[in-house]
Amino acid sequence: MKPKVAFFDFAGCEGDQLQIANLEEDILTLLGQVEVVSFREVMKEHSDNYDIAFIEGSCTRLQDEDRLKQIRKNAKIVVAIGSCATIGGINSLRNYKEIDDVKKAVYGENARLFDTYTARPIDAVIPVDAYVHGCPMTKEEFLSVVKSLLMGKKPEIPNYPVCVECKKNENVCAFERGQYCVGTVTRAGCNSCCVNEGTICWGCRGLIDNPNENSEKEVLMKYGLSIDDAINKFKLYFGWQERRK
Amino acid sequence: MKNQNFDINVHYVTRVEGHGNIFVNVKEGRIEKCEWAIPEAPRFFEAMVVGRNFKELHHVTSRICGICSIGHTLASLKATEAALGVKISEQDLKLRKLALHGENMQSHILHLGFLVLPDLLGVGSVIPLASSNPAEVKTVLRLHRLANEMSNLICGRTTHPQRLIPGGFSKIPSMKELKTLRKRLKDSIPDLQAVAGLIKTLAPKLPDFTRETEFIGLTSPDEYALYDGILGSTDTGTAPVNDYLTYTNEYIVPISTAKRAKHARDSFMVGALARFNLNYDKLSPLAKKTAETFNLKPVCHNPFMNNIAQLVEVVHSVEDSIKLINELEASGLKSQSIYNNPDIKPKAGRGVGAVEVPRGILYHDYTYNDKGTCTKANCVIPTNQNHANIELDMKALLPQILDKTEKEIELNLEMLVRAYDPCISCSTHYVKVYFI
Repeated sequence: MKPKVAFFDFAGCEGDQLQIANLEEDILTLLGQVEVVSFREVMKEHSDNYDIAFIEGSCTRLQDEDRLKQIRKNAKIVVAIGSCATIGGINSLRNYKEIDDVKKAVYGENARLFDTYTARPIDAVIPVDAYVHGCPMTKEEFLSVVKSLLMGKKPEIPNYPVCVECKKNENVCAFERGQYCVGTVTRAGCNSCCVNEGTICWGCRGLIDNPNENSEKEVLMKYGLSIDDAINKFKLYFGWQERRK
Repeated sequence: MKNQNFDINVHYVTRVEGHGNIFVNVKEGRIEKCEWAIPEAPRFFEAMVVGRNFKELHHVTSRICGICSIGHTLASLKATEAALGVKISEQDLKLRKLALHGENMQSHILHLGFLVLPDLLGVGSVIPLASSNPAEVKTVLRLHRLANEMSNLICGRTTHPQRLIPGGFSKIPSMKELKTLRKRLKDSIPDLQAVAGLIKTLAPKLPDFTRETEFIGLTSPDEYALYDGILGSTDTGTAPVNDYLTYTNEYIVPISTAKRAKHARDSFMVGALARFNLNYDKLSPLAKKTAETFNLKPVCHNPFMNNIAQLVEVVHSVEDSIKLINELEASGLKSQSIYNNPDIKPKAGRGVGAVEVPRGILYHDYTYNDKGTCTKANCVIPTNQNHANIELDMKALLPQILDKTEKEIELNLEMLVRAYDPCISCSTHYVKVYFI
């Protein structure tokens, strides 16, 4: 029998689920291997009977915790997809501000109508079995994680920095061309895609397990950033990971 | 059904972002309540970007929407460039227009092929169509793939593009790559015609419903306005983009975490149909022909025809992209340095960027201090501008369909919401209609 899979989303842009639509013809192959029982983006039908739950987005409201716990209860395997779900993602940028100020800035005097708390990744609420990092996740990595899970294996996730891939790709280092980058402490697996496209690593895959942040901040300062600016570079995607320490 | 009592379940539904809720309450055939509510988890982007450097704003605000991240990136860059007084080259302008075409095609095809088609064929999703209508599904997938590969080529990737940066591009495609793209665009026309033919046979299933409203979008004397233009309204004429606040007048309703907007009437509509109504004359020849096939003419007040306007726009995007590549070839594609990083001097100022994205006109408005740090931001999203119009359409449609079965009423209201393509999750079959 084909394993039953379900997709869920919390606070996020739905760009990770879009990567599944972007599998194009490979969707048909995937549908040969699994039975999709719930996927809000594309189907009306819904069932709570599933083996694997894929979750996109961060948890940003107390009221969403119950739903996450229910998903955990229903699923044998929970997979977090995309930065918002795996590390808190861009949502955690707001964790550096007073939540009341944030609400007021957007909703003015009506802010009290809207309930929210510190943005956090899925594993801050429920145990997560596998991660597909990235903002957005790549369809290739998604397929590779799915394949591993279907074969009963633990998906391999690199625990070395983006710099390793970037060097293999023979990119000119961002620092050497006068820009700043957090690829030295960011988990690889993206094939340094942003640097390959002519920009910098922003840190969307989160910190590696034992990052030397102080050393990275020293590097940033050596290349001319003030300490505040150096710390600021860590706020974009590492907001939750930094706070947890 | 006429004298049926419907009780509603009005509560702040504890669901995740992306859900839209329809609340209907009918007593003895009389409509007591008919509401459209958005319980999405709010994400506070306007507050998050305050304190960030101008080189990061487009990266952050791209994350507002995974489906139209290229459009958000472009609106963001336009706002930043306007604030800092940066002009981009003619070549970069054409490349950005190609980027927008790629995304509009991708999004429209996704909506029509994956989200609307199942309604017209009477199934719950595209999944059963893969076995019942494999040829049609494969045609849709081919077109979707082409649109995505076009975005990859111009932007680096389709979702959260990397190459679009303040002042231009970090990397650009080669002329050889653009020529290959042009050939593929030309070759896709039979596929487009096949999709148009299929939708034509199913179009009678789109409800014949009309409610007069105002349409707002960018307009231009030079072209079918998508990347650039001035504000246009079918009610009040044109205005400069910097006057956008008088066109949006956002307000908050307690039932919804999404803001609403109004202008000359109680509501207005943005999106493909608004653009079609405002800019019909500027459509490409084949796009006009496609509109004629469906008897779609401006000004059309049937919101269900937004689906058809999207199809027309896909055809326009293909033809206009071919034209843009021809122009780039004629002027000779100028190469740029690798890791291109335009030198921009920060200065204090405010800038507004407006771009037509798949679901309608999108505004980003930033204020920077003299260090180039953002001190204030406002983003007005197309879907928010449509919410009030959706609800008023529902209120007008519901009395006309009260004699239908509960299931049919639900489907009709869902199809109405979906026609607006409000955002990918809302527009799919997860719109909940609450009546007991």
